[in-house]
Amino acid sequence: MMRTIFTVFAKEVLDNLRDRRTLASALIMGPIFGPVLFAFVINLSIERSLEDVERSLELPVVGQQHAPNLVRYLESRNIVAVDGPADKVAAVEAVRTGTEDVVLIIPESFGADLLDAVPATIELVSDQANSDADREARRVRNALHSYNRELASLRLTARGVNPLTLRPLNIDEIDVSTASGRSAILLGMMSYFFIFAALMGGMYLAIDTTAGERERGSLEPLLSLPVTRDQLILGKIAATCLFMALSMTLSLLSFHVALKFMPLEKLGMTPNFGLDVVLFALLIFAPFILVGAALMTLVASFTKSYREAQTWLSVVLIAPTLPILIVSILTLRPRTEFMFVPSLSQHLLLVDMVKNEPINALHAMISVMSTLVIGAALTWVCARLYRREGLLG
Amino acid sequence: MIRVEDLHKSFGKVHAVRGVSFEAPDGKITGLLGPNGAGKSTTLRVLYTVLKPDSGRATIDGIDVVTNSLEARQRIGALPHGAGLYPHLSARENIAYFAKLCNVDPAEIDDRVNDIVRLLEIGDFADRRTKGFSQGQRTKVALARALVHDPRNIILDEPSNGLDVMATRSLREIILKLKNEGRCVLFSSHVMQEVAALCDDICIVANGQVAIDDSIDGIRERTGCDGIEDAFVRAIQMVAPE
Repeated sequence: MMRTIFTVFAKEVLDNLRDRRTLASALIMGPIFGPVLFAFVINLSIERSLEDVERSLELPVVGQQHAPNLVRYLESRNIVAVDGPADKVAAVEAVRTGTEDVVLIIPESFGADLLDAVPATIELVSDQANSDADREARRVRNALHSYNRELASLRLTARGVNPLTLRPLNIDEIDVSTASGRSAILLGMMSYFFIFAALMGGMYLAIDTTAGERERGSLEPLLSLPVTRDQLILGKIAATCLFMALSMTLSLLSFHVALKFMPLEKLGMTPNFGLDVVLFALLIFAPFILVGAALMTLVASFTKSYREAQTWLSVVLIAPTLPILIVSILTLRPRTEFMFVPSLSQHLLLVDMVKNEPINALHAMISVMSTLVIGAALTWVCARLYRREGLLG
Repeated sequence: MIRVEDLHKSFGKVHAVRGVSFEAPDGKITGLLGPNGAGKSTTLRVLYTVLKPDSGRATIDGIDVVTNSLEARQRIGALPHGAGLYPHLSARENIAYFAKLCNVDPAEIDDRVNDIVRLLEIGDFADRRTKGFSQGQRTKVALARALVHDPRNIILDEPSNGLDVMATRSLREIILKLKNEGRCVLFSSHVMQEVAALCDDICIVANGQVAIDDSIDGIRERTGCDGIEDAFVRAIQMVAPE
């Protein structure tokens, strides 16, 4: 029994090691895709958040000469006034067409209104539907508000009133998220990369086991040999698991290396992704590999051809994200019952680990056990399906 | 020896095999002849146990293919219709894989593979990966694979399909060799001439039933036709359609 299973397993491993498509998806696609996409997203968000503070903003101003003090104030906030469009009509047009992101208009009466202590109108032209321009507009708006507050304080002081009278509330926000905690939000999407890498690694084997063998015409000779179909399917699922594990391990290691080169601390993140976490993740995700292998084999066994199997399996690639997605959107805290759900339980445990939070041993045990049971059940269903006559198509 | 008794098999509403009975003795070549869709492949598939009969019995060397299918399979070398190889494995690896699954002693596998490579004269391409093999090369490797565990009974489903003249000739020689070694060879075809040239016994199947089961001369006599083709057509007409 075991020898036959091993024979099938060894043949499938050799066969697929020689298949460029399988190798590409197991050893390159899965492990590289995750870190590259991740690095891209991280770098993008770092760039965005850094550029706001550091870069000086050139602000087209209509009527600079009417408010020299304001212009000087803006300069102190790293906002440099430059000559803008000729008048208000031209300014609106420039923003609408996208030539300018934000234009500030200072009317002639600005100085006189300030002197008379009547509200002096200034106009800020921006397109709030354009998120990029809106960020700049917000910066200018913030600067104008603080100028406004400053002038108000000065006026109150001049009249002998304490400016604090106008601040009945002092709102102080205390953010309790730790640096690792913040990183968990972004790093949470890592779980899916690992699941994705694992599934990609075994996808072609799962197809080959069923639809591929049938299409090639090698299934019938194989089934006429003096081995049970259970032995065949178990050997094949075992080979699928090996490739999935290989792909996932590579993916974990490539993350381990890639994270060292990502300037995460600039985003206030210090993810914990040492080799110990890599090992922990492998142990936690190992039962999931069985679930994935059996699930893909199961789905592929219903299909008529290689192509049809590919189409359906790309659906399976997305399926494990659903529980993760739902829980993330509803921002639910980890609960014991979540640990019964494969992919979700692994995700939650990994996030805890990455956040450097203690792992709930009961949760880990439930996750491993329930995922194993589900994997075994799916494997059993696969074996049942492999016995039916319709398998030959 | 292969024996089939009153075999029935339906797929949904299609009653593909309706009461087929025949016997293929050792040391002889038995041909299963019939037009496309006559039920030849279905009968053979029941014999090499990938299908289960609805009723009736089939035995290999007296072993029931349903109740003792593993043992029956051990005694069969089957070449299904359009048998495919593993393209990433060499011909030799394809053959060795089947040898292992057929419980050939691991120590003897290399020898067995070498023997069969010599017997089928496939040494020229035995170490190449089978991707890109011609139909003739593929059929020979698939046959070698089916014979590697030295089965007493050999079942070939339309083996000459897609082969050119030379390949067909050498296949014929191999089949004769197997017969002379005392094996039971059962093969199906829809080409009358091929069957006539090779078989000791011919079982003509039409519409899922046996029309005639006899030697070539017997068939000529019973149909009253001299020409092989005429005899074939006449025999098929003897089976009443549904």
